[in-house]
Amino acid sequence: MATPLLSVRDLVVEFPTRRGVLRALDKISFDIAEGEVLGMVGESGAGKSLTGAAIIGLLEPPGRIAGGEIWLRGERIDNLPREKMRRIRGRRIGMVFQDPLTSLNPLYTVAQQLIETIRTHIDVSEKEARKRAVALLDRVGIPAAGRRIDDYPHHFSGGMRQRVVIALALAAEPELVIADEPTTALDVSVQAQIIDVLKEICAERGASVMLITHDMGVIAETADRVAVLYAGRLAEIGPVRDVIQAAEHPYTVGLMGSIPTLTQTAERLTQIPGAMPRLNAIPTGCAFNPRCTRVMDRCRVDRPDPAERPGGRQVACWLYDNAMESADE
Amino acid sequence: MIAFILRRLVQSVIVMLTVALVAFALFRFVGDPIASMVGQETTLAERAELREALGLNDPFIIQFWNFVARAATGDFGISYRLQQPVMELIVSRLPATLELALVSGILAFVFGVGFGVYTALRRGNWVSGSIMTISLIGVSLPTFLIGVLLIWVFAVELQWLPSFGRGDTVYIGEWWRTGLLTQSGRASLILPAITLGLYQMTLIMRLVRAEMLEVLRTDYIKFARARGLSNRAVHFGHALKNTLVPVITITGLQMGSIIAFSIITETVFQWPGVGALFIRSVQFVDVPVMAAYLMLIALVFVVINLIVDLLYYAVDPRLRVDRANARH
Repeated sequence: MATPLLSVRDLVVEFPTRRGVLRALDKISFDIAEGEVLGMVGESGAGKSLTGAAIIGLLEPPGRIAGGEIWLRGERIDNLPREKMRRIRGRRIGMVFQDPLTSLNPLYTVAQQLIETIRTHIDVSEKEARKRAVALLDRVGIPAAGRRIDDYPHHFSGGMRQRVVIALALAAEPELVIADEPTTALDVSVQAQIIDVLKEICAERGASVMLITHDMGVIAETADRVAVLYAGRLAEIGPVRDVIQAAEHPYTVGLMGSIPTLTQTAERLTQIPGAMPRLNAIPTGCAFNPRCTRVMDRCRVDRPDPAERPGGRQVACWLYDNAMESADE
Repeated sequence: MIAFILRRLVQSVIVMLTVALVAFALFRFVGDPIASMVGQETTLAERAELREALGLNDPFIIQFWNFVARAATGDFGISYRLQQPVMELIVSRLPATLELALVSGILAFVFGVGFGVYTALRRGNWVSGSIMTISLIGVSLPTFLIGVLLIWVFAVELQWLPSFGRGDTVYIGEWWRTGLLTQSGRASLILPAITLGLYQMTLIMRLVRAEMLEVLRTDYIKFARARGLSNRAVHFGHALKNTLVPVITITGLQMGSIIAFSIITETVFQWPGVGALFIRSVQFVDVPVMAAYLMLIALVFVVINLIVDLLYYAVDPRLRVDRANARH
């Protein structure tokens, strides 16, 4: 297998607080292959956005990477000096944020922000940068891009602004785009358009995407593989079709059961009882054990690590640990 | 844009008329002007004659109208104390006050923004800590005490700078006497300018720091960092410009109070400006001068407000509503 574009190994992110250290991400490992779209799902606070921030090197202090490694095309990037990491941001890893209304600086025109970004990373003249900027805006579907480029962000609607944000994230042609809930703040009617634009452009340029969302519909349509996070740990990762249709981790099963479908005949959607534990009260053993319908004694003591399953999946659950079971007997 | 300016101008006129009413009321409530003009031997008939001649028997509205009409042409009458036209007195002293206010305003803005940005970006290091602590002193010490302390240290003990007056002055044009072009004039300006500007500087600094910290937490700053822009571009191109939007308003208003509050500094440093003139006029119940000073300060505030609004307009594209409408 070729080296993956992005490789995250045992990533640990901690927040030192007055009452001890909170572990917000606990030994997360996953790869993103060249041109692949990896969906990342989980409840609020599961650590999805934090994973993105850690990769791009923008964890808010006092949060810090306390362990693990992040590799971008065979180069380790989690311990780079600040200036070197800055050159990677935008140039090799682009990021799209959730709220297009607040992501753009209100005091600069779209042209100014695009040209500034392009010229920060690519050595081109102002004129050439402007030409590229117009082409980019045109590509993300802004009508009359040549004229609109000199408008300020407040002249655009929410959906149009998110297109501008995508254009900005892609301005220096990054190899990986981290999209942190890119459609959450938008009208349902434009969500699909934005996802399409993002997916198409990235496919065109061969860029990989890490798509953070809690919208399983978006994941099902867009992602090649999906990673499920729970309480800062990886519960399950695998090809999107397999995970959605035949989830193995009980948490993923519950998550899928809570999505309404038109063909569903059940009167009520299933729900997972309880709530995700707070970071300072994660139970020993499996983090999901107090809410799990299939909990075993062992789940309350030992923590399961993600284990390989057939079809390129990994599941962190003792239910699938045949080897250990037989060894116990 | 034109409509906006016109609307502002109309508002300004209303404000000025209101202040004129207050200034005019001074004449009526600070005692009988005739009594302060004439001697004890003046007969009642003579007094009545003078009263009639000065138009004091006219209805209130007419008198007020006359006052406004004359004020609009710069005629505030004759000073009771100095027997000179009030306007002449004020014009001859205005350059001193304006130079002092301008220099301390610039000092306050430059150092206020500079220190504010520094303490926001270098939170927690000892230099920022010291600046913040010293700024607390600036906020809490009264102006006259700062002035006296500065005189004691720099004029009395060290003997580096003069303690009072304007030093040598030269004329620019007909009537603008400036101290900025002479060595002693500039030396004399330093202590009063610091005294007058210190409080404003700490205010601007704390405002800039708070605003900057706020702006640094916004999504567009995070997005700017995520695009790999240099720290310099993020801090000064993106964060500072957004910080300055509210700071401009406050600084503008502070400029007004710098001119108004120069009274205290001018008194401490014997600065020959309009503030000192006003204080002496109050002592002598020199109503025409007091009224003119009131109008002058109001005019300064109104003009500064107008400038601030226009600056706002230049900095923040969201306010240029008519252009946005035209595009849609």
